[in-house]
Amino acid sequence: MTGNLPLLDRRETVARLLRDRGELLVVSGLGSATYDVAAAGDDPRNFYLWGAMGGTAAMALGLALAQPERPVLAVTGDGDMLMGMGSLATIGAKRPSNLSVVVLDNEVYGETGAQPTAIAHGVDLVRVARGCGLEAPDDIRDMNGVGTLVERIHQSDGPLFANIKIDAREHARVLPARDGAWLRSRFREAVLGLAP
Amino acid sequence: MSAAGARAWSIELYDVLVRQGIRQVAYVPDAGHSDLIERCGANPAMETTVLTTEEEGIALLGGAWLGGDRGILLMQSSGVGNCVNMLSLIENCRMPFVTLITMRGEWGEFNPWQAPMGLATPDVLSRMNVQVHRVEVAKDAAATLDAAISQSYDGMLASAVLLSQRLIGRKDFEAED
Repeated sequence: MTGNLPLLDRRETVARLLRDRGELLVVSGLGSATYDVAAAGDDPRNFYLWGAMGGTAAMALGLALAQPERPVLAVTGDGDMLMGMGSLATIGAKRPSNLSVVVLDNEVYGETGAQPTAIAHGVDLVRVARGCGLEAPDDIRDMNGVGTLVERIHQSDGPLFANIKIDAREHARVLPARDGAWLRSRFREAVLGLAP
Repeated sequence: MSAAGARAWSIELYDVLVRQGIRQVAYVPDAGHSDLIERCGANPAMETTVLTTEEEGIALLGGAWLGGDRGILLMQSSGVGNCVNMLSLIENCRMPFVTLITMRGEWGEFNPWQAPMGLATPDVLSRMNVQVHRVEVAKDAAATLDAAISQSYDGMLASAVLLSQRLIGRKDFEAED
């Protein structure tokens, strides 16, 4: 739970995560995480989920196994991660070193009226991730911590999990394309060189 | 079941996966899939991933295909209900998807808890725009899976192959395993 500890701004945090991204491939979870990734700058190597709740980390796992030479990042919210919490066990069993899962944790379901998630009631995703065998720093609450995290994401010595404490303020929505067929074709063209 | 006891149709299914270039095999196990899981796990060219729930496999295989891998989801009919919303990923993104499903809740089923999803499986898949192919006899299994993989990965048509409980055999609750 948050208490009086400092919180980060989600847009500033995601912009830092994706700055100088190199070969990074990104899957973003539905809702604000997708808007944050789009706000940091559209890129064909971003795959924006607009639904499929609970699937972000599992999708990034399949991608990481298919592309073991590139760092793969799942960026999602605490609600999506709680729904797909079993996928942390699946990731822990496979242990792809190039996969990082980053949760933007504001302790609420922001899209639906800021109802508290289980995190607000004391559930600790970092301990869950560690229990599943992922490398996981303590909750990240400052930009120095985000900077260190970026280095680790690019080192590909994971699987890595990070929970970033953000404030629950709503930002103007930055809406990327929501045509999934177009998004997947553009991603595969950029990453694999395949025509649609 | 050990490899020595493997049934011929199960070996043929494995050969289809190899021939079709399937690289990622995601599963929630079923006794009827045990030969196949064992063989895929022993092939260093394949990534086998045990899931905590079946819908993870849909997301995982979507990510795999984004990265250039072909994959397949192995599950039993009880898992189909867990997949419903995640299938929206396949439809919205027009991604290839193929699943091999062992049927329960039919043909002498002992456990009534298997019946609801066993009965609903073909309708649930159809309603989510997954084409259903049902295999009743062993000689049709390999050709049906081969066709389903081709129309999934070449034809971009989501496909499910149902292996009937008559084919895989009744689960024997009296046996040691």
